[in-house]
Amino acid sequence: MQNTNKKLKVALIGNPNIGKSTLFNLLTGLHQKIANFPGVTVEKKTGSATIFNSATGDANYLEIVDLPGTYSLYPNSPDERIPFEVLCDPINEDHPDLVIILADGTNLKRSLFLASQVIDLKIPSVLALNMMDLVQAQGIKINPDELERRLGIRVCPIIARKSVGIEELKQALINHLPVPTTYVYDTTLIKPTLLAGICKELNLKSNYAALQIANHINTLDHFQISKEQQTNLKNLFVDVEYDENKIQSFESLERYKSIQQIIESCVRLPNEKKVSFSARIDKLLVHRIWGYAIFICILFIIFQSIFSLTEFPMNFIDETFTGFINIVKDFLPQGVLNDLIVKGVLAGIGGIIIFVPQIAMLFMFIAILEDTGYMARVSFLMDKLMRNFGLNGRSVIPLMSGVACAVPAIMSTRTISSWKERIVTILVTPLMSCSARLPVYTLLIALIIPPNYIGVFNLQGLVLMSLYLIGFIAALMASIVISGFIKAKQKSYFIMEIPVYRMPRWSNIGYSILDKVKIFLIDAGKIIIAISIVLWFLSSRGPGEKFEKVNQKISQLSSDTTNTQKRLHLESLKLEYSYAGQLGHLLEPAIKPLGFDWKIGIALVTSFAAREVFVGTMTTIYSVGSDENLTVKEKMRLEKDVLTGKPRYSVAVGWSLMLFYAFAMQCMSTLAVVRRETGSWKWPVIQFLYLSGLAYFTSLIVYQILK
Amino acid sequence: MANSSKKLSLLKKGEKCIVDSYMDENMQQKMLDMGCLPGEVITIDRFAPLGCPIAISVAGTVLCIRKDEAENILVKVID
Repeated sequence: MQNTNKKLKVALIGNPNIGKSTLFNLLTGLHQKIANFPGVTVEKKTGSATIFNSATGDANYLEIVDLPGTYSLYPNSPDERIPFEVLCDPINEDHPDLVIILADGTNLKRSLFLASQVIDLKIPSVLALNMMDLVQAQGIKINPDELERRLGIRVCPIIARKSVGIEELKQALINHLPVPTTYVYDTTLIKPTLLAGICKELNLKSNYAALQIANHINTLDHFQISKEQQTNLKNLFVDVEYDENKIQSFESLERYKSIQQIIESCVRLPNEKKVSFSARIDKLLVHRIWGYAIFICILFIIFQSIFSLTEFPMNFIDETFTGFINIVKDFLPQGVLNDLIVKGVLAGIGGIIIFVPQIAMLFMFIAILEDTGYMARVSFLMDKLMRNFGLNGRSVIPLMSGVACAVPAIMSTRTISSWKERIVTILVTPLMSCSARLPVYTLLIALIIPPNYIGVFNLQGLVLMSLYLIGFIAALMASIVISGFIKAKQKSYFIMEIPVYRMPRWSNIGYSILDKVKIFLIDAGKIIIAISIVLWFLSSRGPGEKFEKVNQKISQLSSDTTNTQKRLHLESLKLEYSYAGQLGHLLEPAIKPLGFDWKIGIALVTSFAAREVFVGTMTTIYSVGSDENLTVKEKMRLEKDVLTGKPRYSVAVGWSLMLFYAFAMQCMSTLAVVRRETGSWKWPVIQFLYLSGLAYFTSLIVYQILK
Repeated sequence: MANSSKKLSLLKKGEKCIVDSYMDENMQQKMLDMGCLPGEVITIDRFAPLGCPIAISVAGTVLCIRKDEAENILVKVID
């Protein structure tokens, strides 16, 4: 009896858009983990599956890695390097015991290109021949037995969308798949001594693996090989004329010749071809006028939904969580620990889960657009337009989503395949005015802009709109500038497949939403809680005696609930004497040229947690005063400049502050997500610096002019 | 006329051609990976509204390529 407790490592590989994630979800269900492949920000999905042998009833445990979709093992992008590295490096931690090669029955020739490369690596494999329903509908005839004989590996016809043939595939996986014995295309004749040398040095079983390594000899950074092996490898190339481009294309063409012979022996194509359903829809969806009109309508529906449909769940989360916080606050004994948990940790967690409805909503739409095939048409329509700004056709969705919230928007940049264009999109997305700026804008607009009408237009509404426009224009301008600074890592091609339209698979969309929410809660959540604790510390602790005195007075007050006025006054003093307050004072000389005082300085520090905290902080600071019935807006309006006696919040200060909030990177959640998505602190730091600089100088200029 | 090679980017909507060769080695590999071999028939499906990118039918799929990429593909027009 075999040892059934050992987990079999399985890799799933296949072309993009042929149902790879559907099959992965079918095999693993909810037992999925997402991480990045080591050293790169390429998503790595792993899942586990338990398969019972139908003959013996034994349980077999599988760990399945979903490799990024690719057309061949020759890498063109970071995503495509992964399959090559995982499959050609026997010591790679993800190197599989067996491979499921997913093939598209309706385009077998192209699918067999990748499949034959994997077979020639001599790893036990099974070919899952997908879309058998479409194969039949299109009148294509495939003989799976003959295909099996010619390829030398098991072939399982399946229909992943309808879960047909999955059980047979599972049984094939656990029934000791053999190592393929023959090469589909034998590369032995290409540089035989060199390839034999590489095989010997790295202990490889396949000539083809050796050829692949020879073709990437200068980019083996992620390979698990010693310095000595590396030198030995390089030495093998001395005196050998080796042009990897020539060899690659020679090998590809010869491989296709072998494939053509296989196809002729087991596939019969229909004589006539109908105009496809997709081609007819595309007449409308990528039409020069209707195409854009429909796209704008779709965008409109998405943003309306993100704004309005998420309002209820967000309020619900907010209220439930506040209720929960109050219970915890009363339950735990009073003191520093209570304060830390309630105002630091729990406030941080609350600030994270409040984003969940928006993330789920945006990714539901994106998943639908991807799954139906519409997203490729968006790129097609928008590419030229966006390229003028150094962006990509796929940058449109993240940029527009940024109007609701930069956090899900930045997470959605994964659909941009060019590294450079993706980084530029990430860097400029926070310039789009997100919904957290809205409370800040409305407070300040109400303060400085009279509610007059210009014709039919409300002046306050016009100013609000202009702030959104300024953000949008700034994002486009910033893209032009930034893309001039960033060097492309490699020449990237836009070439992509436009898939046929399909009905979305709702389970896939569910999984996609779940993935994104999990990534955000876990990866970005950690950073957000940490910053939240730091901010709690800054605003609730303070140096020196003054702070201690105020703090003591507050704790004496706590039993006396009638004296709210005095309490508010003390809270305000406490904030002034806290570290955050000290920071506000410290910042004052630097922000004075912008028209800000230390009170605004405090708000700038605390609203780093989230921009809307500005309003809350201002409320605390302005809780001083005789009449407690005044709102924070009215109190701010009454505030006088000590030197001039004029209102503190003049038009100049108001604009300066609004523009500061329009540009500054006042959002720890965004920084955390950028760190997650770019894989290093480098980009969030650059982003923070350039946006802060932009905000500072814009406010400086505007205030000095308007003053 | 039919035998002289020209750049794919110069073709008009609806025109058909046969892939002759590629002028950029990296791009050639990318196109080979996708099944676009010399000898395959390309049909120009449509241009994006601003003239770029171009949607082409080839080897059983529809590909979308930018104009400057299409300049690197030499083809022979067929009637």
